[in-house]
Amino acid sequence: MSGETQGAAAVDPSALRRTVVVDRARLVDYAAASGDQNPIHQDVAAARAVGLPDVIAHGMWTMGAALDVVTSYVDGDPARILSCGTKFTGMVVVPEGRTVEVLVEGAVRMTDEAAGTQTLELTVTCGGEKVLGRCQAVVRA
Amino acid sequence: MPLNPDFAGREYPPAGPFPVTRAEIAAFADAIGSDNAAHRDPGAAAALGHADVVAPPTFAVRLAQRCEAQLVQDPAAGIDFSRVVHGEEGFTHHRPVVAGDVLHGVLHVDRMREAGGHGMVSTRVELTDQDGRPVTTVTSTIVVRGEA
Repeated sequence: MSGETQGAAAVDPSALRRTVVVDRARLVDYAAASGDQNPIHQDVAAARAVGLPDVIAHGMWTMGAALDVVTSYVDGDPARILSCGTKFTGMVVVPEGRTVEVLVEGAVRMTDEAAGTQTLELTVTCGGEKVLGRCQAVVRA
Repeated sequence: MPLNPDFAGREYPPAGPFPVTRAEIAAFADAIGSDNAAHRDPGAAAALGHADVVAPPTFAVRLAQRCEAQLVQDPAAGIDFSRVVHGEEGFTHHRPVVAGDVLHGVLHVDRMREAGGHGMVSTRVELTDQDGRPVTTVTSTIVVRGEA
């Protein structure tokens, strides 16, 4: 329909789509930056000892990388992200020597014009498998 | 050792202080692959109205997990860390975290119970600033996988 109002509907879907990459070095950096030094995110022997196929990314790395798409969507101002949350439903497996791609695709699920907010939902996949569930952010539009 | 349900409802004394630095914020932004200028450049942050560089929306996990350690690393709580997987995480931002903040965190144990052979532990960390005002509420649920 022509003549639709500007604002919430005028979202360029490409603004909410990004491929992010992760390798072992990035996980070491994230462990230091976040303080989460759980060895399953750095050491294959530690990962296998608890039944994992290989080193896996921190769930919080995946969430943080995904949410950066939302920060970009709100013009780089984290103050406009009022809340965000996710469930961790899958693993991002990061073998030695590999660069692994994670695809982030966001969409506006709800617009609350009275409150001036939008609810975004992010679909985050690795190798076609969803790794985050109900990953949402409420932003000031 | 099973979870100790007596910990449910517990509130810990404030942990901290956690001084937040520009270097910490930049390192976190680098690690999540963000190229957003406001995480690194005080001028870019100022243009958005912030007193100093501003943290990514999940940065507070760095501080919250230090608060959660009071519970997770307490042998009396019965949490076998080698069997822990992260279930859920959430952030409510009362205001953004900026460099120069000196934050404290109060850990609350909202839920601690066994369900379907697994342990479920839900915590909430209320981060406040040097004036005692709320900054971020961080909620986390971890699952302690049962013995197979």
